[in-house]
Amino acid sequence: MSERFKVVYYVNQFFGQIGGEDKASMEPEVHESTVGPALGFNGLIKDSGDVVATIICGDNYFNEHKADALEKITSIIKKYNPDVFVAGPAFNAGRYGMACGEIGKYVFEQFKIPVVTGMYKENPGVDVCRQQAIIIETGDSAAAMRKALPVMAKIVTKLVNGEELGSPSEEGYIPQGTHKTVIVDKRGSQRAVDMMLARLKGQEFETEMPMPVFDRVDPAPAVKDIRKATIALVTSGGIVPVLNPDHIESASATKFGKYDISGMDGLSPKDFKTIHGGYDPVYANEDPNRVAPLDILKQYEKDGKIGKVFENYYVTTGTGTAVANSVKFGVEIGAQLKAAGVDAVILTST
Amino acid sequence: MVKEIERYGIPIVHIATITTISTSVGANRIMPAVAIPYPVGNPKLSPAEEKAMRYELVDKALKTLETSINEQTIF
Repeated sequence: MSERFKVVYYVNQFFGQIGGEDKASMEPEVHESTVGPALGFNGLIKDSGDVVATIICGDNYFNEHKADALEKITSIIKKYNPDVFVAGPAFNAGRYGMACGEIGKYVFEQFKIPVVTGMYKENPGVDVCRQQAIIIETGDSAAAMRKALPVMAKIVTKLVNGEELGSPSEEGYIPQGTHKTVIVDKRGSQRAVDMMLARLKGQEFETEMPMPVFDRVDPAPAVKDIRKATIALVTSGGIVPVLNPDHIESASATKFGKYDISGMDGLSPKDFKTIHGGYDPVYANEDPNRVAPLDILKQYEKDGKIGKVFENYYVTTGTGTAVANSVKFGVEIGAQLKAAGVDAVILTST
Repeated sequence: MVKEIERYGIPIVHIATITTISTSVGANRIMPAVAIPYPVGNPKLSPAEEKAMRYELVDKALKTLETSINEQTIF
């Protein structure tokens, strides 16, 4: 008789039925019972496996004390020695998704066991653990729980049995971006020509590589009197204060910085540098104004050609940064600019 | 980011070298930059010339913000 496989399951304070936002700061706890989704999941794998422990942790606690949380989780994993780790599903909850993503990635790398989680495709947590975990694609709210758990259970069972997974669309998980070489009957040139002919004839065809679709925004009205306007400067060129106090990443940024430049005449190379990993930094480090023209904007303010330069300057790194994160930054920065009555923005990219 | 800021009704100009990316993502006011490592700089010029060039570029950027448009425009 083969051994039953062991699962350690991670949920946040809400799905662990401890509390809502008021309990988001709770430290990780381990329960030898199954709570929330872990209970449902356990029922689905009961023929061959068991959830031996459920970890419940507050979303804020995890995101604010990552090292401590991972340390606690490490000792839990060592104690229970599971065959597979399951987290979530987090649907579109950002903090929960980040926690599932970070923990999943960590557990995979440290313990070399399969990790399965579930998220809505736009959850920022997807990009954190896409390579390391199998993320099943869920709807954007907990209403999708009923559909998600069986998919997760099926994938977990396959993984512990060493079975190869089918394609993402067959199995219901988010593509990991890995390329599998497959042998097909027609070579690429033939497939491309077939596709082109179908397109010219107005026939249906299926693309082999879907392109992302971007929405459109109505152009904002022009500034009426630029001499009275407050202009804000934003950049994706990664020009940050020299010590990079907010630890903005050199690529795949997960955050943006906001810095008070009200007392400055420009971005001095003594105070600012570039951390953007996607272009030759020599020129920007000689003179950061080459990327974000604060010196000239301040000159315009002095010359009375604009009302003033907004006191805060915003920066992130554009290279490799997930669309979902970029959208998040834009929404947050935009909200701040709107609230402050900024009239217009110059955004530079490298 | 450009689009999300514009969604609040704030006019914004994107200074970028690869204007095709800016266009496909959906920025409305787009201004070509000098080069990827120095969008508003030019290390081949003398410091004084470079500053003068940047002065002109910012002037152009501000003009885009003062221009009414109905559709995506590369200035």
